[in-house]
Amino acid sequence: MNETTPSQTVGPFFGYALPYGDGPRVVPEWHPDAIRIHGGVFDGAGEPLPDALLEIWQAGPDGEVPRAVGALTRDGHDFAGFGRCGTDAAGHYWFSTLKPGGPTPYLALLVFARGLLKPVITRIYFPDEPGNAGDPVLSGVPPERRDTLVAVREHDRSYRFDVRLQGEQETVFFAV
Amino acid sequence: MSDPHPPYLHPPYQSTPLRAPSRPLIVPAYGPDAVELSSPVFGHSELGTFDNDLTRQHRGEPLGERIIVTGRVLDSSGRPVPNTLVEVWQANASGRYIHARDQHPAPLDPNFTGAGRCLTDADGRYRFVTIKPGAYPWRNHHNAWRPAHIHFSVFGTAFTQRLVTQMYFPGDPLFAYDPIFGSIADEKVKERLISRLDMDTTVPEWALGYQWDIVLGAIPAEDS
Repeated sequence: MNETTPSQTVGPFFGYALPYGDGPRVVPEWHPDAIRIHGGVFDGAGEPLPDALLEIWQAGPDGEVPRAVGALTRDGHDFAGFGRCGTDAAGHYWFSTLKPGGPTPYLALLVFARGLLKPVITRIYFPDEPGNAGDPVLSGVPPERRDTLVAVREHDRSYRFDVRLQGEQETVFFAV
Repeated sequence: MSDPHPPYLHPPYQSTPLRAPSRPLIVPAYGPDAVELSSPVFGHSELGTFDNDLTRQHRGEPLGERIIVTGRVLDSSGRPVPNTLVEVWQANASGRYIHARDQHPAPLDPNFTGAGRCLTDADGRYRFVTIKPGAYPWRNHHNAWRPAHIHFSVFGTAFTQRLVTQMYFPGDPLFAYDPIFGSIADEKVKERLISRLDMDTTVPEWALGYQWDIVLGAIPAEDS
């Protein structure tokens, strides 16, 4: 029996309810190992989405799934592994976090928006990781589309990852 | 098992044609892994005293019909999901959101923000005290009105279960005209989004009670 409650869009008016002050700040920017992941969310016409909500969930630097409380109220100490950021008027989001450990580091990413009747789920991989070549999930993506899952290094501490919901350069989304 | 969720592309909802992914979703080769099969942990220390009572977040009481909304968060086997974060947001009794971009010319209520959250108890139960939201117009098409609804966001035990949805009220005459509710084709599945008036939840002389259970999707590993 499958009585699963169906999804409905997050709509345009979540901005006063779901985002919270330290949502994008999984670790503070001044943390010595902090990295920035940021980018834009775009529709099929290439227009930015000012009303999207992004959530990341990831392993810690030790490669383990975080079990610490503190995703809503950051205590500046424990790593809770969850971040949430609404896009700004230019469709831009950002997170300050730690790079996950493990052979193939990645962040799980959910995107909600007005016009998305259910979220899209994808992964943010890091460039220049030897583990990427053997990663079963990345390898299961058609080669010409794999780049959409790999962040672009801007400098040592900053990576850009754009989300394109539709079109030629559409980001790969997963069915899970 | 048929997919209960609406499709990405549902043209009557005019925000979908440019935002719906157009390429096939990829089924991960070995399914999601440990990260995607787990969920962030939230604690009571992170919540405020009145986070689950939307009628007590300001100096005075909000206008409108006070209601209690409660139910259980269940997994696909019907087991309760305890300690999971449930967030809600909604319009006020006049059908107006406090959000800056809501331009509906209905009054804001200085005693109502319309946002709340709570953790489910050991039995998977959530409970909010709030005000029945009003219907409101939107610009999707000529004379478009949304049925009264409360937005819900639920985590569950796996990131792949993450659910954002809307709870409706029984017998709303706007159901037939709403392309968001109508994005779900199956009438039986639609009914899962409609709460039930419950006289056992209702508190005499004080507030009507509505029951609404939320059933999360199966976690992939459970299927195999």
